[in-house]
Amino acid sequence: MAVTYEPIATTTFAGGTASATFSSIPATYTDLVMVSFLRAGSTNSSYVLRLNSDSGANYSTTVLYGDGTSPGTNRYASQTSGYLTYYGFPTTANTFGSIITNFQNYSNSSSYKTYIGRSQNSNSGTDTLFSIWKSTAAINSITIYAGDTFASGSVVTLYGIKAA
Amino acid sequence: MIGALVAGITGAPSPPTSFDSIATITATGSESTLTLNSIPGTYKHLQLRGIAAGASTSYAILRFNNDSGSNYVAHFLYANGSSVTASALTAQTALYPFRAYSTTSSFFGSGVTDILDYASANKNKTIRSLTGDDESPLIMFNSGLWLNTAAITRIDLVSQSGNFRSGTTFALYGLKDS
Repeated sequence: MAVTYEPIATTTFAGGTASATFSSIPATYTDLVMVSFLRAGSTNSSYVLRLNSDSGANYSTTVLYGDGTSPGTNRYASQTSGYLTYYGFPTTANTFGSIITNFQNYSNSSSYKTYIGRSQNSNSGTDTLFSIWKSTAAINSITIYAGDTFASGSVVTLYGIKAA
Repeated sequence: MIGALVAGITGAPSPPTSFDSIATITATGSESTLTLNSIPGTYKHLQLRGIAAGASTSYAILRFNNDSGSNYVAHFLYANGSSVTASALTAQTALYPFRAYSTTSSFFGSGVTDILDYASANKNKTIRSLTGDDESPLIMFNSGLWLNTAAITRIDLVSQSGNFRSGTTFALYGLKDS
């Protein structure tokens, strides 16, 4: 049987890098799953992504988060990038935050593209978010950005899932 | 979700090799129900992934084995950017795994639902879902229980009102154990 769930590419950070791009994503899968283990370089700050290098105000994110004290929610409409995570990532040595980001039906041409993420930062809290990119174009690149930098040892793997 | 968790969480994860595509169903615009039938009992867990939209529906609700009795229980934790809500529903006639609210073309809700130990003959069946939509912004965790120990052989995804919009798609995957 053909492999249904397979890696497309992996990026491992050497440190001091503020962004990384998965480009030339083939349109042959149904969904994409991005599995990220990230640590902040020196300062935990915002972490976002852009699809197909679109820097227009075409992203909206709704987030649910909790830090052990109380739950909260925010809405970020018509932004120039989509949120990757709410709480960001730890700066503590050897301590990485993790995210699983699901991009459903990323290559169809009739729907705006959506993604759902679940993430955790052991220094801060856990969150889940739903984001939309208001474009019907197939996703062919994903760029993630750190407000500061990604620490050495951070790694992101992009997988493709192919439906029957 | 199941697939990525099975892959392992050290270094560069390896993909699961026991994650199979079982079937995919896509609405043409004339269906209020999409059915996945004759689900083989050879996997350990199922995962349902999809995008959904309907002009007058909030959810693609789910029924197992054509059971429309009051045999389902659901719990929700959700947020819309203004408030966070937790709720529970008992004696339901379906579960609520996928947001599908959309009155505007191009907007679809999406989600991933895990159906655990679906082929067991001695456990009531459970699901866990992560879903959301943007036209009526919402991000939601929900869980569900079907009070029936029968192996799941059929899944119906039903629009709460009207038909699903063309392009609504659900893909079913099976995860094997060793």
